[in-house]
Amino acid sequence: MLGFVIQRLWQAMIVILAMSVLVFCGVFAVGNPIDVLISPDATQDIRAQVIAQYGLDQPLWRQYFTFFGRMLQGDFGESFVYNMPVTQLILSRLPATLELVLFAVVGASLLGIPLGMYAGYRHDAPAAKIIMGLSILGFSVPSFWIGLVLIMTFAVQLGWLPAGGRGTTASLFGIEWSFLTIDGLRHMLLPAINLALFKLAMMIRLARAGTREIMLTDTIRFARAAGLSEGTVLVRHVLRLIAIPLVTIFGLELGSTLAFAVVTETIFSWPGLGKLIIDSITSLDRPVMVAYLMLVALLFVMINFFVDLAYALLDPRLRRARA
Amino acid sequence: MIAKDGFLGRFLREFAGNRTATVAAVVVLLIALLAIFAPLVAPQDPYDLANLVLRDARRPPGYVGTTGTLHLLGTDSQGRDLLSAILYGLRISLEMGLLAGTIAFSIGAVVGTSAAYLGGRFEALIMRIVDLQLSFPAILLAFVIAALLGQGAWQLVMALVFAQYAYFARTAHGAASAERHKDYVEAALSTPLSARRVVLRHILPNTLPPLIVVATVQVASAIALEATLSFLGVGLPPTEPSLGMLIANGFQYLLSGRYWISIYPGLALIVLIVSINLVGDQVRDQLNPRLKR
Repeated sequence: MLGFVIQRLWQAMIVILAMSVLVFCGVFAVGNPIDVLISPDATQDIRAQVIAQYGLDQPLWRQYFTFFGRMLQGDFGESFVYNMPVTQLILSRLPATLELVLFAVVGASLLGIPLGMYAGYRHDAPAAKIIMGLSILGFSVPSFWIGLVLIMTFAVQLGWLPAGGRGTTASLFGIEWSFLTIDGLRHMLLPAINLALFKLAMMIRLARAGTREIMLTDTIRFARAAGLSEGTVLVRHVLRLIAIPLVTIFGLELGSTLAFAVVTETIFSWPGLGKLIIDSITSLDRPVMVAYLMLVALLFVMINFFVDLAYALLDPRLRRARA
Repeated sequence: MIAKDGFLGRFLREFAGNRTATVAAVVVLLIALLAIFAPLVAPQDPYDLANLVLRDARRPPGYVGTTGTLHLLGTDSQGRDLLSAILYGLRISLEMGLLAGTIAFSIGAVVGTSAAYLGGRFEALIMRIVDLQLSFPAILLAFVIAALLGQGAWQLVMALVFAQYAYFARTAHGAASAERHKDYVEAALSTPLSARRVVLRHILPNTLPPLIVVATVQVASAIALEATLSFLGVGLPPTEPSLGMLIANGFQYLLSGRYWISIYPGLALIVLIVSINLVGDQVRDQLNPRLKR
């Protein structure tokens, strides 16, 4: 087990290193930040001075090492647009994205797993067919369009919910959260639903496929023969057996939801990380782009690492091998 | 009569047995035809500046313009006939999806098949990279690449290809590994045929069925990805308004109740994507030998 952890950690480090080179070269190949930083009618002297100040006159490999060294200390430089340290900027936007993503993924799981298990348990029932039909729709329809429809229906036509923004926030541990106030929750509802629909469809399909497969096995036949009620069979045996793939997906989805949050945050003008990255791309704010991309890469590598670990812990064969 | 039937004939007959899939296939075909012949079908050329009448901007569906043209689906923010814009937009969306899908298909098939054939370290390295890429969501990869490369048609196609080739490579590798160890490949290799010929003429054709299934799904998802990226402003430039761009343009008017500028292009997009997916589902079921009775 320890060997496995070390091997995976080693691989994760190589991936992060490769990503940092790619992101650095990629972002620095796009446009010239000098054109953004100073006005075109500045003198040659000022130009040269600014270039030297940001270290842009150095060869690329030296710039990379400076960047990498600072990154290890958590320093991504200053944002060109906001004139504040990027790390601070990102940390200030993180809670908004985090609460949205957690609400969406947890909600999708709590709703999707029971629905999927039902659809797998009674796969010929009309209700099950409706559930599956809707899940296909949830898969194929691009989430940004669903967001538009949600706004049109609930914000514009019915006027029940606000169309954008975070609403009133309340402070907890020195961080502002929307989920602590009624107004904040009202603002969060539509974006969270928008973000959750795709995950919901996926959870339903996975839970259904797993349930259908497991209901046919001898485990279930014996459990029934032992006189257990159908409810107990479903909760104690089926749910436990389909839990392994679902946990994997839950972990991976937490990360990919962060990616989808870019779309949702743009539509609902939710002031989180996704909105920040879109804004920084349009304004060529390099340090923010680099930091965001590195953060996402790090997050994904970490999630993959923990999912591998959880998998190893949940798989009885691996557990027995250790004992 | 039946004896003359080839694989294709049997395939089509079985396909016609599923009514939903047949309807979907007809819809896809119709949309493709409408897109190809958009200049002939569309009520006006949406990019001809002479047709833009600002007085007619943002009019609801069914509005008759000052020049006497009927705008069946209304007009957009510049007085463009929305129906025409949608037809031209479908064209661009389909073009991008097919182009990206074809390139990703080719790269993925070559990478996957050669990894399976060559084996050893090369295979391990390539498949490790592919697996790593698959653990990132496609939309994130495409978004990052599109953001790094900037706006433009080729940049967008590259971003889509980069995000999607791994699905093809994985599938081709799986199928080719299975074929690699079959007797007929060993037999072909023992003849003086070159290895390249064996790979291209013997192994590759047998990996096609699963790849075709992946291709239908991936073309649909490429179209959706393109729309999403263009909606976010990192996809196509404004000079090539795909459906995603049309939706983005209408978005700012949505809050004031002018829903049609965004909603109709969106409907066109969804009908297209859902139809392709339904066709893909049916093709998958038919090509999957495990489901054969």
